[in-house]
Amino acid sequence: MSTTSTETRARSGVEVRLEDLRKVYSGVTALDGLSLTIGQGELVALLGPSGCGKTTAMRLVAGLEEANGGRVVIGGQDVTNLGANKREIGMVFQAYSLFPHMTATQNVEFGLQLHKVGVDERRKRAREMLDLVGLSAHSNKYASQMSGGQQQRVALARALAIQPKVLLLDEPLSALDARVRARLRDEIRRVQLEVGITTLFVTHDQEEALAIADRVGVMNRGRLEQLGPPTAIYSRPATPFVAEFVGLTNRLEGNVRNGEVEVRGVRLPLVKPDTADGPATALIRPEAVSLGSDGDAGGGALVGTVIAVSFLGATSRVTVDLGDVILLAQMPTSQASDHPAGSRVRLTLRPDPVLIARDEKAAAEA
Amino acid sequence: MNSSRRIKLQVFRVVVFVVMGAFFITPLIAMFEFSTRGNGENAPRTLEAWASIFKTPDMVDAITASLQLAAITSIAMLILLLPTMVWVRLRLPRLNRIVEFICLLPLTVPAIALVVGLRPIYVWININVTDSILALAFAYVVLVLPYAYRSLDAGLAAIDIKTLSEAARSLGAGWLTVMWRVIVPNMSSAILNACLLSVALVLGEYTVANLLNFENLQVAIAYVGLVSAGTSVAVALASLVFAFVLLMVISFIGRRRTPSLAAAGTDPQYLTAGQRT
Repeated sequence: MSTTSTETRARSGVEVRLEDLRKVYSGVTALDGLSLTIGQGELVALLGPSGCGKTTAMRLVAGLEEANGGRVVIGGQDVTNLGANKREIGMVFQAYSLFPHMTATQNVEFGLQLHKVGVDERRKRAREMLDLVGLSAHSNKYASQMSGGQQQRVALARALAIQPKVLLLDEPLSALDARVRARLRDEIRRVQLEVGITTLFVTHDQEEALAIADRVGVMNRGRLEQLGPPTAIYSRPATPFVAEFVGLTNRLEGNVRNGEVEVRGVRLPLVKPDTADGPATALIRPEAVSLGSDGDAGGGALVGTVIAVSFLGATSRVTVDLGDVILLAQMPTSQASDHPAGSRVRLTLRPDPVLIARDEKAAAEA
Repeated sequence: MNSSRRIKLQVFRVVVFVVMGAFFITPLIAMFEFSTRGNGENAPRTLEAWASIFKTPDMVDAITASLQLAAITSIAMLILLLPTMVWVRLRLPRLNRIVEFICLLPLTVPAIALVVGLRPIYVWININVTDSILALAFAYVVLVLPYAYRSLDAGLAAIDIKTLSEAARSLGAGWLTVMWRVIVPNMSSAILNACLLSVALVLGEYTVANLLNFENLQVAIAYVGLVSAGTSVAVALASLVFAFVLLMVISFIGRRRTPSLAAAGTDPQYLTAGQRT
């Protein structure tokens, strides 16, 4: 790439720290002491359901909202009380945000003009940025003449053109259709790696977060439930909320005893062995459930009927009715084809450590 | 749509156009006819009344004052209303209804009642600030508020003002830059419409000016009418035609600046098949 991206890389790799951030809207706590450090050049995705505080966190970093407490530190500088226009951040919004009266080039040049970059340099950098997002052929188009995906790519080019310290992506793909979303997601990651800019990505789409981020932070009720690499978030969820929000989870009633949980006659190890004894719900991933064809051989707590097989490509998801509960099992499609709908199957639970969700009232009664 | 239905629609459009055109143009023709009558039963037609417009004392001053008032009112209305409405939408959306209510209030107050309220204020202004007719702009800004508010409100609703202004802020723009370079260009049609309505209202305003003892265009026309009916009608017709031409010019300038038209005009890819050469 050009000199520009080299300069950008040199300038943009800064650390971002959110320290005990708090935000309250009319008595409702949106952010409850969020602390998070994003390393230089790292892409962290904040994932969570609507109203969990992820967008509020991003808006506090951007300076579009004022925090009720805590600090935002970008590259060692406390920017908590700095206006949005002085923070040197680039932002791509969920809604299309290109200025409708400007062409793609003019949009990209807008921020550069405000930063008093000379005309020649401005043109050159706008060209380079549009080239970076693969839209140099569309430089003279207005927003109304571009597709949603193209608009978001121009918005990305515009955000990067000012050589910001941090890039903030506020659900930039949510308005796009599935195919464009997947393609643009990869493109955003490519550009982010090429420029090497520290990036905070907010989304409610777990697949998006797991696919794009170096680390994923799962948020719930204004707090960070877990922060870690995508694989850890998926395979070693720290809390029941994370287990249920990220990926599919089966809930099976069981009993905790001596650091294990007994579910339908099967003893499974616990992620947290020091859990108190008593009734609990075990959270089991569909991949940890396998099917055997000997369901007709006799009854049992883990024998049921296949009621649906969902083809997902390389894998398939099989839905099994155990009589009192429905269970999901995920396996290679070749294996799933042995169990068509209506067949009787025997389930086996892999002895992976499982998380439990506990009904506090039931536990107390026990 | 089949051809007979299309023809019927076309005929309907022509009929509506002709009827409405006749409705508007007949009084104007009648005014012209009246203003060019000579003295006496069989006297030939004359443009004497038209020529006397500029010979009539204070008429030119009144025309100038009305034009100045139209300009000042439009500018003052925009400076007062646009930033207020933008700020309320962005930061204080709960006040939106209150601002709307305040802006629409002058519609419900008869001009005569308004004058009763304004008179003591104008007495004070005349004594302590200025006795210029341009002081009428204060009252006119209030009068045009309902129309201007509606127009600007429609313009603001048509764009995602929150996202656009936040995008501009994140790129380094201060609030003035956001207003001037992002919001204003994207609602230029609404701003022009608000100005058109303000200009039209100010050029046709009589009651407030007359009751507050100022002589604007309409008051001057009324005075001339007492002396010379022909001249009075000639001035009224001239002012109508002038206002019409002025509004057309402003409207034409506004349309030329809309991005979609500009885009279609500059990028051959977006010309329709019929437009391509």
